[in-house]
Amino acid sequence: MLSVETFILVSVIKTVIALIVLLTAVAYTVWLERKVVGHIQNRWGPTRVGPFGLLQPLADGVKFLFKEDLTPPHVYKPLYIAAPMLSLIFALTSIALIPVGNVVSVGGIRTPLEITDVNIGLLIILGITSMGVYGVALAGWSSNSKYSLLGGLRASAQMVSYEIALGLSLIGVLIMSGSFSLRQIVDAQGGTFLGFIPRWNIFQGQIFAFFIYLIAAFAETNRVPFDLPEAETELVAGYHTEYSAMKFAMFFMAEYANMITVACLASLLFLGGWHGPLFGPPLLQAILPVIWFAARIFVFLFLYIWIRGTLPRFRYDQLMAFGWKVLLPLAIANLVITGFIVALKS
Amino acid sequence: MVPLSYYLILGGILFACGVCGFLIRRNIITIFMSIELMLNGVNLTFVAFAAHWQRLSGQIFVFFVMVVAAAEAAVGLAIIISVYRTRETLNVDQVNLLKL
Amino acid sequence: MIHLTLFLVFGAICVAGAVNLLVQRHPINSALSLIAVLASLAVEYLLLGAEFVAAVQVIVYAGAIMVLFVFTIMLLNAGEEERTRGSRVAMVIGIPSLLIGGVLLAWVLVRHSGTEAVLAGALPGSPENVAWMLFHEFLLPFEVTSVLILIAIMGAVVLAARPEATSTGPGKES
Repeated sequence: MLSVETFILVSVIKTVIALIVLLTAVAYTVWLERKVVGHIQNRWGPTRVGPFGLLQPLADGVKFLFKEDLTPPHVYKPLYIAAPMLSLIFALTSIALIPVGNVVSVGGIRTPLEITDVNIGLLIILGITSMGVYGVALAGWSSNSKYSLLGGLRASAQMVSYEIALGLSLIGVLIMSGSFSLRQIVDAQGGTFLGFIPRWNIFQGQIFAFFIYLIAAFAETNRVPFDLPEAETELVAGYHTEYSAMKFAMFFMAEYANMITVACLASLLFLGGWHGPLFGPPLLQAILPVIWFAARIFVFLFLYIWIRGTLPRFRYDQLMAFGWKVLLPLAIANLVITGFIVALKS
Repeated sequence: MVPLSYYLILGGILFACGVCGFLIRRNIITIFMSIELMLNGVNLTFVAFAAHWQRLSGQIFVFFVMVVAAAEAAVGLAIIISVYRTRETLNVDQVNLLKL
Repeated sequence: MIHLTLFLVFGAICVAGAVNLLVQRHPINSALSLIAVLASLAVEYLLLGAEFVAAVQVIVYAGAIMVLFVFTIMLLNAGEEERTRGSRVAMVIGIPSLLIGGVLLAWVLVRHSGTEAVLAGALPGSPENVAWMLFHEFLLPFEVTSVLILIAIMGAVVLAARPEATSTGPGKES
């Protein structure tokens, strides 16, 4: 066991590294989206700033910093300023619970590759997702304009409705793994069937739960095809109509950070986390799980962007009807069947 | 180490604030929120005693209190919306006639 | 030591939020103070070892019930509360007696509760233990509260529905 000072130092270093990596990932997810959507729409996307437009996020960041930060006179100031911060805080906090690799040993200090492993980790992530509704609702209300209020109400109602299907679809995984701790859920997916099919939860019967989770997560992060509350052609810009410059950038970053959290959770819970072929010297063996994990996250982000470029969006009543009348019964059915099968097996 | 009485005092303060809010405030929604504050003070007392007597029943009770609070909040807010639609006001002093 | 510090910090946030709820004139500020109280209470539950209850408090209470409150405040466009005529006598007598009563009660509690401390994490309130009790000894209350929630859902939907002009519905007026 580590001494208290070493533990605190290691945790602070891990937190700083995680934040830097997450913010860079958010910036480059924006770049990836613009390139991929551009190619889907038969155009290039950013190409001018740096090779392949790779410095575009930097240019965007500089633009957001120097843009005029306008506060309209009719807003309710305290909440107007606090709402994007709330959104960003809750979006960035869930990175603290996501494990990215095995326990590594750096300079004689054994530490797991996550900031903290709580034995109710999955519940805490669900709780943070629930609290993320407030940023959207308060932004819409405090902007004191019709478009913002409608967009904020619709977005938060959508997020609250799909949260239920999201949570229920994860309970199947919980029943099979027997623990809320993310590291233990991933460890239960090690090994293979028949020597080559990996023992991931998606192959152990949770494929329906996987799709339900994916659809609910699309709605939860307000992405196409569920992005009516923030589509430009519908409600001007929904709850972030009245925001400019840095505050708008915070909403933007919060949305992409939520996407990354969803991708992390999907890979941890359904696709076996960081399991993959390991080879080479011990240093490579410590880094390879992280690379496999990053590969899975990349696949999910690409899927998000691909769907954004391809599908039209739902109307709001279709969206809510789908969440309550289709997705929720399916998630409950998945839960009942999984519980039944696990109870019969033991 | 925190003695049990500290938790009880904290729960008591929350409950007292809830009662004061319930009696003093005139907005229906704020009165409702004071009720929720009272329920939370009681929840804290339940959990403190569960840890003190080493019995898990206290935490189970907290579940049921939360469930009842959720049901009550849903129905109560629906009633508040109906009252607002008919009386056009959220001030309890002005909702004092049985028939408009 | 850390336990006492954490308890005092989050207890102070709880009390500050509760007093702020009383003092603020606009219901949205009261709602946000209540959310702060609920979140600090979740931390207090963690200090008492009730981890599942703490998680449920954040997910259900602070994340769903308070969202309902915030929705209602936004939908009804509740403005600031009007100042009503307070009673000066009540304030002069009430507040000091409340404080005196509170201090007396606190003194009695601290004096007579002995030196047993509530250890952090002494009682494992892990999800398995809680679930075991919930589905074995408290199964009947669990099922009854499920029916209660169902009734509450139906009641809320009926009460909050906009009165549509239907030709076959009962009660044509408004």
